Amino acid sequence: MRFSHVIGVFSAAVMSVALAGNAAAQSKTVKIGGIFPMSGNAATIGVHVKHAFDVALDIINNPHPELGNFPLAKNGGLAGLGDAKVEIVYADNQGSPATGQNQALRLITEEKVVALTGAYQSGITLTASAIAEKYSIPFVNGESVAQNLTERGFKWFFRVTPIATDFARVYYEFLTDMKAAGNKTDNIAIVHDNTEYGASVANTIATVFKEKGIPIALDVAYASNATDVQSQVLQLREKKPDVVIMISYTSDAILFSKTMQALDYKPPMLLADDSGYSDPSFIKSAGKLSQGAFNRSSWSLGPAGSPTAVIAKMYKDKSGDEMDDTTARQMQALFVLCEAIDRAGSTEPAKIQAALKATDLKPDQIMMGYKGVKFDDKGQNILASGLIIQLQDGENYVSVWPKASAEKAPIMPYKGW
Amino acid sequence: MTFTLVQVIVGGLLLGAVYALFSSGLTLVWGMMNVVNFAHGDFVMLGMYVAFVVYTLLGGGPLIGAPLATLLLATLGVIVYFGLIRDIMKGPMLAQILGTFGLALLLRYSVFWWFGANFLSLPENLVGGTFDIFGIRIQASRLLAGVVALLVTFGLHLLLTRTTLGSRMLAVAEDATAAQLMGIRPDGMQAIAWAIAAGATGLAGALIATFFYIVPTVGETLGIVAFVTVSLGGFGSVPGALVAGLLIGVIESLSGYLIGAVYKDIVVYALFLGFLWFRPQGLMGKT
Repeated sequence: MRFSHVIGVFSAAVMSVALAGNAAAQSKTVKIGGIFPMSGNAATIGVHVKHAFDVALDIINNPHPELGNFPLAKNGGLAGLGDAKVEIVYADNQGSPATGQNQALRLITEEKVVALTGAYQSGITLTASAIAEKYSIPFVNGESVAQNLTERGFKWFFRVTPIATDFARVYYEFLTDMKAAGNKTDNIAIVHDNTEYGASVANTIATVFKEKGIPIALDVAYASNATDVQSQVLQLREKKPDVVIMISYTSDAILFSKTMQALDYKPPMLLADDSGYSDPSFIKSAGKLSQGAFNRSSWSLGPAGSPTAVIAKMYKDKSGDEMDDTTARQMQALFVLCEAIDRAGSTEPAKIQAALKATDLKPDQIMMGYKGVKFDDKGQNILASGLIIQLQDGENYVSVWPKASAEKAPIMPYKGW
Repeated sequence: MTFTLVQVIVGGLLLGAVYALFSSGLTLVWGMMNVVNFAHGDFVMLGMYVAFVVYTLLGGGPLIGAPLATLLLATLGVIVYFGLIRDIMKGPMLAQILGTFGLALLLRYSVFWWFGANFLSLPENLVGGTFDIFGIRIQASRLLAGVVALLVTFGLHLLLTRTTLGSRMLAVAEDATAAQLMGIRPDGMQAIAWAIAAGATGLAGALIATFFYIVPTVGETLGIVAFVTVSLGGFGSVPGALVAGLLIGVIESLSGYLIGAVYKDIVVYALFLGFLWFRPQGLMGKT
C-alpha cells in the first residue's frame, strides 16, 4: 500500500517534470538529437560534424543578413516558433549499430528530442531510424547512401543526400565521357569493405553497370579496419583493371594508398566513392600518395560572397579544416530539418513530418549542389545530384565533371605519388 | 602468378614480424604475472604518437623516435605497475581485466583530447623507401620493423634464460613467495618486467608508425591481433609469439590473396581455434 503510494507520487512527479519540460521546450528551445560517431575509428567525422552544426546553429539562432535569402538566416531563432532557439543533443554511436539504436531510444525517451539526424554509417542509420519510426519521431539523414534505407516503407525517415543509384549513374556517365575522350574504361574493379555502406554501394554500382552492358570484372571485398591490405593490392596489380572504384572508410583508404605506393601499383584510373577519400585527414595523411584520384561530391564552393562560400569560411574559422562533402551534406540535412520545423510552427512530430513532406527548397536556398530538396513517398530527396572532383595536386579537390560546372579538365592517368 | 605468390609470402612474413614485435610485450607481462594487459594496443598507440611528435618537433626519424618511445613507455610501464597493477593483482580476475581495460580507455581518450581524432601519418620515405629485389618489393620501414622484431625476441629470450636478472624474474613468476624467501623482491622484478614489456611495446609502436596510419583508436585495430598472436604462440612464450606472428602473417596474406580478403579472418581464426583444440597451451606455452 505504502509502496504504491510512493510509486504514485513518484510518477506524478515524473509526469509533471516531463510536462513542464515539454512546455518549456515549446516556448524556448527546440531540441534535436544528433547521433554521430564521436569515438571509434570514425571519430573524426563526429568532430567535423560538431563544428559544422555549431556554425549551422549560429546561422539559425542569430541574425545573419549577409546570407541573403538562405532559409533561417535572417532573424535569430525559428520565426515560426516565436524565435525559438535550436539546440542539438549529441549522442555517440561508437561505430556500432547496437549503440546507435540505444542512443536513439535514449534521445527520444529521456532527452525528449523532437527530431533526429545522423548517424553517418549506413548500418547505424538503419538501426537508429528504426527506433525513430517506432516512436513516430522524424529522422532526417544527410549522408548515408545505402539504397535500402529508403526502401523500408518508413513514414518518418527522410534522406536529403543523393544515394548509391544516383552516384552509380554519375559514375557511368562520367566513365562514358572519359571513354569518348580516348581512355580505356571497360575493365572495372570494385574494392569495398564489408559494412552496410561498402557492400550495398558496391552492389548498386555493379547492378547499374551491368544494366548498361558493362559487367564489373573484379570484386575485391575486405573486412573494414584492416591491419593489412597487401593481398588486395596484389590482386589488383595482377588483374590490371582500367578503372578501380574504391569504397572505403578513412582508415582503410589511408592504408590502401600507402600500400599501393609500397607495392608500386597505380591503376590507370582511380575513382573513389566519397567517405574515406573525402575526409580532410585522409588528404593530409595520404593525399600526396593519391594525386589524380577522382571522387564524387555534391559540395562545391560557390563564388566569393555566395552563401556556400560564407558558410565554408565560417566552418574553416571554427574547425581549422576545409569544408568537405560529407560534413556539408550533414549540415544541409540539419538546415532542411530546421526549415521544416520552422514552417510547421510546432514541435509536434506529426506536424514536422507533414512539413518535411511538403519541403520544396530551390537551389539558391540550399548549400549543396543539388537541384533542390523535395521528398518522394519513400522519403528520398528526388532533386539530389552529384558531380565528379579530382585530387589533382594531392591537396585540394577541384570539380572536373560534368563540363558545365567543372573548374578544371580531368587529368589522366592516375598519378599516385 | 608464382611471382606474385612470392611477393604475397614476403609481404606476409614482414607483416607477421610486425605482429610478433608488438605481441612480445603482452606475452611477457602474462608470463611474469598472469596479468592480461588490455591496454596493450594503446601502449602501441602511445609509441606511435611519440614517433609522430619526434618527427614534427625535431624532424627526426625512428632513429630518435624509437629509443625515446622505448624509454618513455618503459617509464610509463613502471608507473602503471606501481599505480595500478600491484593493487589490482590482489583483487579478483575481473578487477584485473576491468582495471587494464579502464587504463586503455583513459590512455585512448587522453590522446584523443590532446591530438584530436584526425588520422596522422609519417612521410613515406622516412626509412629509406622501398627495395626492389628481382621485382619483389620490400618496404624498408617494414623490413626494419621485422629485423627489430627478431632482435627483440632474441634479446628477451636471452635475458630470460641466460642472465641472473632473467632467472630472478622467472623465479618470481613461478612462485613469488618462495622467491621472496630467497631474497628476491617480487615488486622490483615485476616492475622491471613491466618496464621491459611496455618499452618493447613502445618500440613496436614507433616502428609501426613509419608505415601505418596514426589515430587514437589504432590500438583497437592492432590489439586483437596481439591477443591472437600471444595465445597461438603460448601465453608467456616470447619465441612462441614470434613464430605465431609469422604464421598468422603468412596465412593472412595467402588466404587474402588466394581466397579473398573478406574471408582471410575466417581462415585465420578457424585455424587458430582448430589448433587450440589440439594444443590449448599454444605453440610453445607451458602445459
